[in-house]
Amino acid sequence: MTSPEPGHEERLLEISMGPQHPSTHGVFRMNVVLDGERVVRLKPVFGYLHRNHEKIAENETYLGSMPYTDRLDYICSLTNNWGYALAVEKLAGITVPERAEYLRVITAELTRLLNHAALLGFLLQDMGASGTPLMYAFREREKILDLFESLTGARMMCNYMRFGGCRVDTPAGWLDQARKVVADFPRFLDEFEKLLVTNEILMERTQGVGVLSRELAISSAISGPMARASGLNYDIRKVDGYGIYPRFSFRVPLGSHGDIYDRYMIRFLEMRESLKILEQALREIPDGPIIDPKSKPRGFRPKPGECYGRIEGPKGELGFYLISDGSPNPYRYRVRPPSLINLTVLEDLCLGHNVADVVVILGSVDIVLGEVDR
Amino acid sequence: MIGDGILKGLAETARNFFGSYVSKERLTTVQYPEEKLPQIESSRNFPFLVYDGAEWDAGMRCVACQICEKECPPKCIFIEKSKDKKPDAVGKPQFYPARFDIDISVCMSCQICVEVCPFDAIKMDVQFDLPTDDRFGGLMLDRHKLAKSNEYYHEIHPTEASAVDAALDAERAKAAAAKAAAAAPKPAASAATGTAAPPQPPAASTPKASEGEAK
Repeated sequence: MTSPEPGHEERLLEISMGPQHPSTHGVFRMNVVLDGERVVRLKPVFGYLHRNHEKIAENETYLGSMPYTDRLDYICSLTNNWGYALAVEKLAGITVPERAEYLRVITAELTRLLNHAALLGFLLQDMGASGTPLMYAFREREKILDLFESLTGARMMCNYMRFGGCRVDTPAGWLDQARKVVADFPRFLDEFEKLLVTNEILMERTQGVGVLSRELAISSAISGPMARASGLNYDIRKVDGYGIYPRFSFRVPLGSHGDIYDRYMIRFLEMRESLKILEQALREIPDGPIIDPKSKPRGFRPKPGECYGRIEGPKGELGFYLISDGSPNPYRYRVRPPSLINLTVLEDLCLGHNVADVVVILGSVDIVLGEVDR
Repeated sequence: MIGDGILKGLAETARNFFGSYVSKERLTTVQYPEEKLPQIESSRNFPFLVYDGAEWDAGMRCVACQICEKECPPKCIFIEKSKDKKPDAVGKPQFYPARFDIDISVCMSCQICVEVCPFDAIKMDVQFDLPTDDRFGGLMLDRHKLAKSNEYYHEIHPTEASAVDAALDAERAKAAAAKAAAAAPKPAASAATGTAAPPQPPAASTPKASEGEAK
């Protein structure tokens, strides 16, 4: 199925998809070799959005890299902030006050809602459901972005977390506003599920397409919703229990087929679990300081050492590896981007499928090129 | 029955379409240039320099310590320190920026300059319509363009500005008390420590209390 018929090699057609193709979620290029409509080979080409993030970070102070992490996965800046703050806190042994931990969980779960809602809109757009689902998803995303703006000052480039806490406390009425958004969100999810989940055309298009086996997911270090759609029970919120996640009761949804439809459904289910966490966190959030009083914006020099801090980002395991030599700049700074590592199996998912399916499979992987290329 | 799912989805689209005529929830579009959403208070855009009193030049809080220039992650701030001194917001004679430029084509609105500023001199603006046909000079804001009054700061970020004013007032009171203490009991000590007995601040000490609003 995956190799061309003997004697027909010269009839293969090599086409270049991207980097400016709207379905590639940014500037991503694929060299696709086709036998008729079927994909025979697929070579991803990336680096168009490379911004030298990791090398720049070696010449910045530890705090100076925080706004750059916003720009990794620019849809979910708050989880990127958390991943980096967690790594530095581990390196320097800083503790985080209770209220800041709650604020981190709240903002991170809101980010997860936002990312999954946007992704589902984009995925349906890739399948040809032009406009409508994306507009519905973006209508809800806008409410969460408003929350972020009134808390952090920016809609997308939040730069909110600091080593040992968060930058500012919630403004008056913010928590009530957040509670209202969380209370209204299930209604949107119900509608969004009714819209296309049982649609026969969508099921025909996605079921059994782009299957990622559990074994391949494990051997290629796939993480996040993509791994869980293949039935791999691996959620760092449960495995590591970083922050205060062990306090909340939530379940980890798992798929069984690993096809596009499972990856589509798993995001709906994860959003429902995120809402559960949000409800608990917004109910229990205590008063108190939001940042460790010892933490100062200037003159931060952790002791020599190294550490790897990781969180469950909306796209998968987001990790930061840092080496400190005792100077104000990290000696080595490395990001483990979930988008890039989830993208490595793209060829395996696409082989033997039609070229139109490549677009949908890529959409279901959930990449953001800011994070793939860094 | 096949086709069920499609019909269900279409019913949902219809509900949203007709709902948009009656419910504000389903029609969230704003016709931008005519109609604008209310400004969110903590929103931020590019930095500006705060000055007290009426004259931007005399009342500028910045003392050209160049901390923001050093800490700015994309290095978009350029400062030249003055040769002479003038009294700052608390009344101490300080340097002032002879040149203070921010290249807003490089600035990434991270507000780290605001966090590290020990003098509450640099704050974030909310003005976002800054188009220009000169991409180099037009986006390089000098200190005159950056200077905005404390009243303007109160207008855009009322809560934050009141907290800053309260802190500054406390500092001024402390400085005044220290001066009084130094002057009254031990005139000899005061003469020994302070050749720099500060001259009276001209316009710096405009008291704006409202400490109740401070967080």
